[in-house]
Amino acid sequence: MSRTRNGWLLPVSLLLALLLGLLPLPTTLQPFRPYWLALVLAFWVLEDEDRVGLGVAFLAGVLADIAYGGLLGEQSLRLVVMAFILQRFRNQLRFFPMPQQALAVGGLLLNDRVISAGLRLALGEPQLPAGYWWAPLVGLLLWTPLFVLLDSLRRERRG
Amino acid sequence: MPSYPGRSSAPRSGDVAGTLRLLAYLAAAIALMVLDHRGGWLGQLRQQGEVVMQPVWWLAGLPGRIGDSARGTARTHGSLTEENRTLRNALLISGARVARLQAAEDENRRIRALLGAAQRGGLDVQLVPILDIDLDPSRQRLVLDGGSRDGVRLGQPVIDAGGVVGQIIAATPTTSTVLLITDPAHAMPVEVARSGVRLIVYGNGRSDQLSLVNVPLSSDVKVGDRIVTSGLGGRFPGGFAVGTIATLRPDDSRAFLIGEIRPAARLDRGRDVLLLRQTASARPVPAAVAGPAQGPAGGTPGADAGAIVPAPATAIGAEAFVRPAAAAPPPPAAPVPSAQAASPSAPAPSAPEPTP
Repeated sequence: MSRTRNGWLLPVSLLLALLLGLLPLPTTLQPFRPYWLALVLAFWVLEDEDRVGLGVAFLAGVLADIAYGGLLGEQSLRLVVMAFILQRFRNQLRFFPMPQQALAVGGLLLNDRVISAGLRLALGEPQLPAGYWWAPLVGLLLWTPLFVLLDSLRRERRG
Repeated sequence: MPSYPGRSSAPRSGDVAGTLRLLAYLAAAIALMVLDHRGGWLGQLRQQGEVVMQPVWWLAGLPGRIGDSARGTARTHGSLTEENRTLRNALLISGARVARLQAAEDENRRIRALLGAAQRGGLDVQLVPILDIDLDPSRQRLVLDGGSRDGVRLGQPVIDAGGVVGQIIAATPTTSTVLLITDPAHAMPVEVARSGVRLIVYGNGRSDQLSLVNVPLSSDVKVGDRIVTSGLGGRFPGGFAVGTIATLRPDDSRAFLIGEIRPAARLDRGRDVLLLRQTASARPVPAAVAGPAQGPAGGTPGADAGAIVPAPATAIGAEAFVRPAAAAPPPPAAPVPSAQAASPSAPAPSAPEPTP
């Protein structure tokens, strides 16, 4: 029942993640832009299994593809794969200490970059510059603050 | 890992169902990608989606706009005076150039009239601000803060002060998407300004270079040559700067040359771009006059000037149309169209190879 009260947090956080991905950055910083949408989605898959699963991941991916002007379905595939792995290891991940959890999320983000590179290879599109491989590391560092922030927002509402 | 009560045989069926759902979603995503990759069957869907995305883009562009206006208000008197001075000088120089080009254009028109060639359409530009958001880094696209409501049409060529930027591939009521010439999906017919050799320039996904492939070894192309649009194909009018050849080397087969071109336009970041629209009024009139007199001559040479874009507003004339939202005052914009309108006339589009 408490879930109905903070129902706004899920769509708002996903929308914010989408916006953060679109925000203009200086060209030198662009490769370091973390995959915000994946981070936020990972939080929700871990914390709210009932509402957020593969379907939400797929829809969020389609929306992101339209918003970023990318190939339709690419981010859907990446996010669905990530959500599936998170669901499989949810029970372990939830009881990991925070640094270990961050490491696992960093690994997932790296895996996501590998999938993305594989897709580009399969579709014959040019690869991103090597600098973009730093983005998972930034995501790893951001996981803990993001988790704490979203979790506190969630709990605060619950009272 | 087995430090917690592990799930035993009961959730096996759940695992299978989960895997099946994963496979279903993966199949759906792959189907979407394949459909989107080959052919634009999803174009309609994407168009609808982009209409939905407009508020998101608007929101994402907001910080950039706020930053701009903050920077604008924080300008000191000194820097404004300095900028004013440099702009004044630039305007003076451009004005002189325009005057010279005007004379050349007049002369060109007289000579063309003597030759009996059809008049080329006058060019007309529209200043449109760039919506400051970062799209998918692997795709060379831009979103403009102006859409079909402002007169942006599909297929319009986009230029900046340096040269060709790209073309409009999607227009929603308030935004439009530009495919940059550096996108791997973009190819453009060009010619070497010096020798008139016709080539095709491809994008390769990097914002600072374009590719030149299949250049015959015997052709008269050198490093440092200026490349301009040839006007063939009908999408881009002839004579706009594309870039300069940076490198040229034999390809693997040693039968052709491949090269890299440094784009002339500032593709990485600017504030505004210019959309070209061919004024339909300038073309049909001479065609109607020249048509009965010279028969087939009316259609052939000038036809490159814009068969694709049916300019809807025929009565706008050759004035630069500045969006009211753009803070830029009209005077700096006004000389540009005349300069651009004049320059394409210089390389004659109807005679790519001078006959000896």
